[in-house]
Amino acid sequence: MLAGKEGPAVQKAMEIVTALGRIYGATDLVHVESVQVAGVSYKNLGEAGLLFLREWAREGARVRVPTMLNPAGVDLEQWRALGLPEEFAQRQMEVLDAYAQMGIEMTCTCTPYLIGRVPGLGAHLAWSESSAVAFANSVLGARTNREGGPSALAAAICGRTARYGLHLTENRRATHIVRVACPVRTEVDFGVLGYEVGRRVGKGIPYFVADGAAWNAETVSAGLHLRMLAAAMAAGGAVALFHVQGMTPESELDEIVRPDAEEIRIDSLAEGHARLSSPLGSIDFVSIGCPHASLEELRDVARYLAGRRVRSVLWITTARETRRRAEAAGWVQAIEHAGGHVVSDTCLVVAPVEALGVKTMATNSAKAAFYAPSHSGLQVRLGTLGECLDAAVQGRWSPRRRPTC
Amino acid sequence: MLKLRGRIIKEGAVHGEALVSPEPIGFLGGVDPETGVVVEAGHPLRGQSVAGKILVFPTGKGSTVGSYVLYRLAYKGLAPLGIINAASEAIVAVGAIISNIPMVDQIDIGQIRTGDEVTIEGEWVTVRRVARARQGAEAE
Repeated sequence: MLAGKEGPAVQKAMEIVTALGRIYGATDLVHVESVQVAGVSYKNLGEAGLLFLREWAREGARVRVPTMLNPAGVDLEQWRALGLPEEFAQRQMEVLDAYAQMGIEMTCTCTPYLIGRVPGLGAHLAWSESSAVAFANSVLGARTNREGGPSALAAAICGRTARYGLHLTENRRATHIVRVACPVRTEVDFGVLGYEVGRRVGKGIPYFVADGAAWNAETVSAGLHLRMLAAAMAAGGAVALFHVQGMTPESELDEIVRPDAEEIRIDSLAEGHARLSSPLGSIDFVSIGCPHASLEELRDVARYLAGRRVRSVLWITTARETRRRAEAAGWVQAIEHAGGHVVSDTCLVVAPVEALGVKTMATNSAKAAFYAPSHSGLQVRLGTLGECLDAAVQGRWSPRRRPTC
Repeated sequence: MLKLRGRIIKEGAVHGEALVSPEPIGFLGGVDPETGVVVEAGHPLRGQSVAGKILVFPTGKGSTVGSYVLYRLAYKGLAPLGIINAASEAIVAVGAIISNIPMVDQIDIGQIRTGDEVTIEGEWVTVRRVARARQGAEAE
């Protein structure tokens, strides 16, 4: 491949894979089971990214393993109705055309594991969406580094990646023990915890221990709570792997914590909450689904909104496949009937949300709360799904009982 | 004349004038993709163009989209001629490969000054100090 016998596109991909191997000290390559490519939204790629993808596709770049896409910048079917700009949507379609030409599935989601793409324990992957990387490594026990867009694509074209970093067992041991001594109950609590720990450990590997009754392992949901924890940790820091005692698959392995692991104690989430949330009254935009919402969340939203009508702009972002299933159950119709939108293929972080003319946002996602001010110029109030939906209906914030920590 | 041996990131041979940054460079948001000028607030190279230079810096930083910024610069003819790092990382390495910019790392970059005439040839970097008065003049 490196010598160019399979054409310039494969040669370039192999050059990338082997150069990364050299840089990070890999001795060989490993076959990957699937690839997930970030760098899909035109908002992030720009003209340069589009040019590059077109050129690579034209040279004959084709993927050899199942390859999925991260969210794009628009909902491919209802961008016009949502008020997203036409010029932007056109460029976005051109980006997707280039990816489609390479043989990539148009999944456009940050949660492939919620639509049936669930890698097994120990499976080697080349995924690039930071929250999906953290979830796949930690909760599913798969093995992937945090790939950049082009390096993930290179791995897909070669069918393999360099064996370094989190592909190796010895690099998966915890660098920090995080003792959590305050109650962590809601999806917001898990997100704020993740954000705070991410800020403190950076690229480290935290091992969570619930001191006392911080959480009850029986009631922690992988699909919601650990998804929020993973996403916030990967955004607040660059965490690609974490372990939770008694919950995640590698947490009980011998010597999973390094002997020199640093200890961190979390006594309160109040400071983290205050860092991410502003005391807003009026709320003109409510965003649920960062990372992309599960079918259960769509069901909960639909049930809540029955017989109600929203005043704020309400977006539930989800994978197109999840939307289809929710539609079959009648939940999408119920949400739309109340004036809400079930938005697919895109998300708050990568869509040109600034074009919607909204200024204040409520969300249950710590990751969204972290990115919205810088990416979209929004002020943010963080609250649970119930609080956010209350705000959507009333057009303003009305707090329920405040979190206890 | 100084001869340094590094590690090839992107194979190639180029000759040009060095532009040295003691600080890491992040291409996304750090370098204007339309002009090649460093725009990051407080950066030691702020206001200078990387176009046509042998760009010497410790390592890359920032978003992985930075690889595409290098590609865009190359497309417009505003990319550095070559890149020399102390320790390479993924963003700049991938950017150099997709943009066909010869690049080496594991070089003691403290030995190179802005204005030096530098040749990259595979893993070899040759540095020729230009007399002060001639700095800024066209290389021979």
